[in-house]
Amino acid sequence: MATLGKTAGALFWMFRYLERSENLARLVEAGLRMSLTRGETAVQEWRSVLATVDMRDAFEATEQAYDPLHVVNFLLRGRTHGGSVLSMLEAARDNARRARTAITREVWEATNECFINIRSALARPLREADLPQVLGMIRQHSALVRGALHGTMLRNDIYNFARLGTFVERADNTARIIDVKYYLLLPSLSHVGSTLDTSQWDMLLRSLSAQRSYRWLNPNETKPIDIARFLIFDGRFPRSVLFCALKISENLKWLAFDYAEEKPVHAYAAKMADDLQKLTIEQIFESGLHEFLQTFMRSIAAIANLIEKDYRFIE
Amino acid sequence: MGIDNIFFDEMYDEAGQPRSSFASYGQWLAQQEPAKLLKKTQEAEDLFRKTGITFAVYGKEEAEERLIPFDIVPRIISAQEWARVSRGIEQRVRAMNAFLHDIYHRQEIVRAGKLPEHMVSSNSAFLDRMIGFTPPGGVYSHIVGVDLVRTGPNDFFALEDNARTPSGVSYMLENRETMMRMFPELFTHMKVREVSDYPKRLRRSLSACAPPACKGDPVIAVLTPGIYNSAYFEHSFLADQMGAELVEGHDLRIVDGRVAMRTTQGYQAIDVLYRRLDDDYLDPLSFRPDSMLGVPGIMDVYMAGGITIANAPGTGIVDDKAIYSYVPDIVRFYTGEEPLLQNVPTWRCSEPDSLKYVLDNLAELVVKEVHGSGGYGMLVGPAASKRELADFAAKLKRSPGKYIAQPTLALSTVPILTRKGLSPRHVDLRPFVLVSPERIDITPGGLTRVALKKGSLVVNSSQGGGTKDSWVLEG
Repeated sequence: MATLGKTAGALFWMFRYLERSENLARLVEAGLRMSLTRGETAVQEWRSVLATVDMRDAFEATEQAYDPLHVVNFLLRGRTHGGSVLSMLEAARDNARRARTAITREVWEATNECFINIRSALARPLREADLPQVLGMIRQHSALVRGALHGTMLRNDIYNFARLGTFVERADNTARIIDVKYYLLLPSLSHVGSTLDTSQWDMLLRSLSAQRSYRWLNPNETKPIDIARFLIFDGRFPRSVLFCALKISENLKWLAFDYAEEKPVHAYAAKMADDLQKLTIEQIFESGLHEFLQTFMRSIAAIANLIEKDYRFIE
Repeated sequence: MGIDNIFFDEMYDEAGQPRSSFASYGQWLAQQEPAKLLKKTQEAEDLFRKTGITFAVYGKEEAEERLIPFDIVPRIISAQEWARVSRGIEQRVRAMNAFLHDIYHRQEIVRAGKLPEHMVSSNSAFLDRMIGFTPPGGVYSHIVGVDLVRTGPNDFFALEDNARTPSGVSYMLENRETMMRMFPELFTHMKVREVSDYPKRLRRSLSACAPPACKGDPVIAVLTPGIYNSAYFEHSFLADQMGAELVEGHDLRIVDGRVAMRTTQGYQAIDVLYRRLDDDYLDPLSFRPDSMLGVPGIMDVYMAGGITIANAPGTGIVDDKAIYSYVPDIVRFYTGEEPLLQNVPTWRCSEPDSLKYVLDNLAELVVKEVHGSGGYGMLVGPAASKRELADFAAKLKRSPGKYIAQPTLALSTVPILTRKGLSPRHVDLRPFVLVSPERIDITPGGLTRVALKKGSLVVNSSQGGGTKDSWVLEG
């Protein structure tokens, strides 16, 4: 059976929204931990969390203080903007409804329940004591949708559109999170010999659910360049920049195989992955980490646009 | 239990004993703990929410999602009862399709003086564009829902015909799924006829009506107004279960004389379009120019044999409640047989004598709008206040042609489960009928709608109605 362009688009966006909401929940979790352990820099941390998701202006427009609960409620259940976890889960479910005939009953039900249960958990403003449970629930529901996808869907074009949505979004999110903290990772002379504020690095790793993996691979010392290398180049870490780039390339290849046709996006994505693999972290630092990340995010956006055009999501 | 014996109860006889069709169910029920059964009601609701059989009520700040209430007591029909009813339905549906063909061709029924000419020509559902055109396979109404009511052991009446886009079949299917999940033991003890192959039969039936332009296996698509439509669940459900594409107007365009859908690999022609969209919105070039939901030019493709539209445009004329009163004549005219399924006696208020009768007896009658549906704009005489009766009488006098009246039927009841135990409620039944050139295929049972409010005769979901699973027992 053919796949409608609209349906492919709905799948792509369904998984982008799911990925984005999950990443936002993770970011909130890391921020919370930071404000619990280091009260004095909390405001700064919440500012950087909001900056990461491009919502600082929107939050400041509500004229609320940078109180952790205000920010958390704004990010999890705010309805005045489309960027809260709740709004994104609703968008994901609307897209699942649009693509209902392309997904299995299990995937649909997991997505539907995810929205219904989280909506009811977020029905009232959250108090501090509610947070661990609610954040855990968001993580768990994302895992259920993912599990249903892996366990029940055919590995055909539809699956690849869903995966492309996931990795395009994740690539962008990872790059964005590193970018906001890039100054921490720059090897700076002033840091040599001084006690480094490692809690900031912890926060960065936690935002990407990377703290455990990173420590496991680097049990001894934490060096900024190692963290940066890990987050960008470690192909074993499922949220690294390279991992996402390779996955995008791979899913596109399967599409080309399914359809027996390559599209402009294939050459573009293959080149991006190639270029990335030829680079070293030292080269990146030399030419500027921020510039590198900005360029990468632009490429990801270009790939998303090409996918949309090449596969006729819209007319 | 005590039964109000003014009404025929399908489960219990006058002595309060289960009738034979309900005998095994009654035995099972007697062994159940009431509290556990009530819990099952909640369980059913949770299952429906999870499946997403909800419809959104928009217009409020936060989209609210509702469920059509479900009652866990099945409505059970014996094999003999069903055999008789389904013969009546088949005859009626056959006559309807013959009628549709006739009024868009030679209009023999008008020439024979059995139907006044103005009933056709002044009917807003009659489409001039269909004159002289025969749809692929000669089928006009591919999917029909005939609303039945019952007043006694052998008294089934056809209350309404839905030949346009009858809805509710997904509820029939999901109700059964839910019952099998909650009460598997009932289905091992009782032989209940299967309904779950409806989507497969629908696909087969639609495929048999492929247009001349179709090469190979027909490509079928369901046309929906979109995810915000209250019946979207049903549209996506049917498409999914049939293995058809679910399309909206903006996915379609005319390419090389065919209606084609935009796929990830370019445009692909559709052979059969099961549209869940009213005629008015189907083709902005032919009908409502402001329609954003349809496909510009689809009628031209249709006329040229490039696509099958199910149901055919212009079939809505048989849904018309004024035409309804002629159905017994229509059945006689096209089949040469007496109608097996009774019609409810109907007064056409357009006729002066009838109008006088209706005005004189308004408090005993049910008055409906000729073009109305969904239980809106109707008057239930016995339940109306003096004020409502007077207001309605004024409306009737102003535009009598817009109304028909029927006696208030003593609709049968089937018990529902309430907090205080079983309690009888009025029901109707919408069987679903598939028409193809080879056969008329009736799914055993259908959708039972139940008026949840005690004493109410209005079963429409928009008016507080619920549904039940409907079982036809094997013979």
